[in-house]
Amino acid sequence: MTAPARPPALNSAGLSKTDYKGLPSTLCPGCGHDSISSRIIDAAFQLGLRPHSVMKLSGIGCSSKSPAYFLNAAHGINTVHGRMPSVATGAMLAQRWHTAIGVSGDGDTGSIGIGQFKHLVRRNVPMVYIIENNGVYGLTKGQFSATADEGQHLKYIGTNELPPLDLCAEAIIAGAGFVARSFAGDAKQVTELLKAAIAFRGMAVLDIVSPCVTFNNHDDSTKSYAYGKEHEVPLHDITFIPDYAEIMVDYDPGDVISVQLHDGATVQLRKLGRDYDPASRLGALALLENSKHTGELVTGLLYLDQRRPTLPEALHLPELPLALLPEDLIRPSRESLEGVMAGFA
Amino acid sequence: MTQPAPRPAAPVRPVVNDFTINVATVNGSGSQTSNATLVDALFHMGIPVNAKNIFPSNIKGLPTWYSIRVSGDGYTARRDHAEVLVAFNAKTLDQDLRELPTGGVMFYPDHLKPSAPRDDVSMYPLPVNAIMKEQNVDAKFRDRMMNMVYVGALAQVLGIEMDAILDYLNRNFAGKAKVVASNYDIARAAFEWCAANVVKTDPYSVQRMNATTGKILIDGNTAGALGAIYGGCTVVAWYPITPATSLAEGLIEWMPKLRRDPHSGANTFAIVQSEDELAAIGMLVGAGWAGARAMTSTSGPGISLMAEFAGYAYFTEIPLVVWNIQRMGPSTGLPTRVSQGDLLSTYYLSHGDTKHVVLLPGTPAECFEFGWRAFDLAEALQTPVFVNSDLDLGMNIWMSEPFAYPDRPIHRGKVLRAEDIVALGGSFARYRDEDGTGVGPRTLPGTDALGGAYFTRGTGHTDAATYSEHPEEWLKNLRRLDRKHEHARSVVPAPVISGGGARTGLINMGSTEPGIVEARALLDRAGLRTDALRVRALPFCQDVRAFIEEHEEVVVVEMNQQGQLAILLRTEYPEFATRIHSVAHCDGLPLSAAFIAARVQDALTAPQPEEVPA
Repeated sequence: MTAPARPPALNSAGLSKTDYKGLPSTLCPGCGHDSISSRIIDAAFQLGLRPHSVMKLSGIGCSSKSPAYFLNAAHGINTVHGRMPSVATGAMLAQRWHTAIGVSGDGDTGSIGIGQFKHLVRRNVPMVYIIENNGVYGLTKGQFSATADEGQHLKYIGTNELPPLDLCAEAIIAGAGFVARSFAGDAKQVTELLKAAIAFRGMAVLDIVSPCVTFNNHDDSTKSYAYGKEHEVPLHDITFIPDYAEIMVDYDPGDVISVQLHDGATVQLRKLGRDYDPASRLGALALLENSKHTGELVTGLLYLDQRRPTLPEALHLPELPLALLPEDLIRPSRESLEGVMAGFA
Repeated sequence: MTQPAPRPAAPVRPVVNDFTINVATVNGSGSQTSNATLVDALFHMGIPVNAKNIFPSNIKGLPTWYSIRVSGDGYTARRDHAEVLVAFNAKTLDQDLRELPTGGVMFYPDHLKPSAPRDDVSMYPLPVNAIMKEQNVDAKFRDRMMNMVYVGALAQVLGIEMDAILDYLNRNFAGKAKVVASNYDIARAAFEWCAANVVKTDPYSVQRMNATTGKILIDGNTAGALGAIYGGCTVVAWYPITPATSLAEGLIEWMPKLRRDPHSGANTFAIVQSEDELAAIGMLVGAGWAGARAMTSTSGPGISLMAEFAGYAYFTEIPLVVWNIQRMGPSTGLPTRVSQGDLLSTYYLSHGDTKHVVLLPGTPAECFEFGWRAFDLAEALQTPVFVNSDLDLGMNIWMSEPFAYPDRPIHRGKVLRAEDIVALGGSFARYRDEDGTGVGPRTLPGTDALGGAYFTRGTGHTDAATYSEHPEEWLKNLRRLDRKHEHARSVVPAPVISGGGARTGLINMGSTEPGIVEARALLDRAGLRTDALRVRALPFCQDVRAFIEEHEEVVVVEMNQQGQLAILLRTEYPEFATRIHSVAHCDGLPLSAAFIAARVQDALTAPQPEEVPA
């Protein structure tokens, strides 16, 4: 006699983890991007997001294929190279109720899309912007991206003579309110950061080093698994506590920074021996600059500032999404047209 | 004050309400108010009037001309020559005078000396500096205010009513009594000086009529902006470019006045100045995908930058609206001059096999109408809709009937809601053509039903929107898009056809319309009767083919060098290719009726290429 199958665990939305799954991945086995997709599934499940209220967006590249691999029940759009930010901007203007999750790569964001990325951040479009950063173009089989290491060598392209862009620094300079870096191999940290980013009310940028197992997993690459494992220096242990969960502080309160997000959720950052304040913009930039010289892969929540209004707020948009406004709100009256015409008579 | 030498009155036949005024000034010298005053005063005297600003691509200092056509017959096309010259630009004075026809009249500041004065035109030097001094105009305003001198002078010599001038100033500077007074006083002083000193030797004058009653004066870009607002536009993303900027500015001006939620005070619209045209159309793609009515305004160079997203939106079937206010390209070209040179590039914009819906307004009233209809079409057809206007229509002031309120409710197309998905058993095929129109159903993000979501992608896909590289799926999809394009022929604005029964037909589009209307009258007088068809959309409606079929010869008149409309017509109707003649011309200026009439006659008498002996 077999034991009855255990019903799957349900989250606060009454959904099982299966409800957050995507299509089977077509990326290379072992790709860091697939780990990130799994973390997105974890985070969305744990937060109890309703999939239909999520919009998933991407540009072009290996990373940009990944929205197909999570949240099948969410609307998705795979756009053009480097220009997902503008599409996300328009989508969030139309449907401000949604949780927008954009997935991009370092080529998509740092090269062709750097302009749109900076302006997306500058506009504070409320969304989570994930950069799956492997320092290389995978879909075109191994060319340097703008985050590739200086001096790095690739088989067909030769040596990279140029310094990399630090996309976290670019985001902070452009005015981002939530900037984090992580490593695809650090499942717990990625999940907690994702949950905090989703709960954040403005633009949240997550730069996740995600090794390319096929083209950029050499020992001399700072985007390889080996390098990430050896050089990752977490700034803090991060714990995300949704507002409905009991807050358990299981370590010395003196070592914990607790940040309350707008919806009542809390991010707890337990320091790991470093005196780091994620509320300091200059401190975050200094940290990134220093880590570049020491070769550390500093991970965690680098910068947090909740003060800036989001784009829908700045534009004084109504609570009801623009896409759903009824005709009587979007077509002025016949009498109003007569008034306008009188002004031109 | 200088006294002009008395000149005997020439025994000329008076010319009433039928001439053109050409005002030559320096760009940035503030002549806009003066010119607008003249146009408005004439209009409010009931006289049909049209105004064109021929301006340079700079901020200040280069020559600019403002051409005001006064036509009791109601013609509004540009004319090749102006009879009345206001020569307030020293740098162009001599050339402008040389171009004046015999019997013309020139008003100019008396401190400017033409190097070759003419005996065959009336020359009225005006004591501009003396009037400015007398009126105690502050030195820093002198350049701007001196333009009011020619307003007063023209009023006196031509018979424009000073009350109409004052009325305009009061409306334009409402609440600024001092500004009204300072402008009016200068005009009045010039008027009185002319009354006392000018001996009228020219034949031109105006007389009050009632041909503008109930009409409005408006530019096409403002009309387009208003149309979009009444079309329920909710997202605007734009990037500055002449001559499209004033359309966006129209939205910025009028949306807050007309589109605030009366209860919450919130904006029922979003306007974003994007970082470039690529981002502008990208925002429309996102907004259109998510269910907003999204639009942008741009011009040729912006259209090129939008090419990739245009093809993406065509293939992913996302509704959006792009206004292309055409100027003379390529690239910078003549950025402040008119052209209809983007027809082919807009129709086929992007890579791959892309064919767009293009609307071609010819009047401000159509700019308004297409402003709202473009959204209905874009959503009904689930595709980008381009509205190709141009600088002449867009930036110049036209007489128009007041705009008609949209005659139908907002049409959102085939959008399935959650209950529809449930009724369908929890799934739908995004790109399945159920009714032969080529248009499948779509859902918007947020549709709260399992199976309501789908994945939008630029890659090959099945009719259920799943990824596919299968050749058959690809072909199936493109054949459906072709069916959609064919279906569009029956829903886009039909052409406007005038006349009937002539053996010769004229075909045109957009802002060549006033030139065609007047040219047909000229041709009629010369013994050539014509019918006319104005194309108002691509793809062509069936009526276009029928019109060509019914006429032995067809002349296609357009404002570009290569005859792009003629090329499209010959391509679509190869069986009639030999009867399609092309009059294509573009030098940056709107086509005049005289030019069109002459070229149509040439085209009809010239041998066709295939008739030329080898």
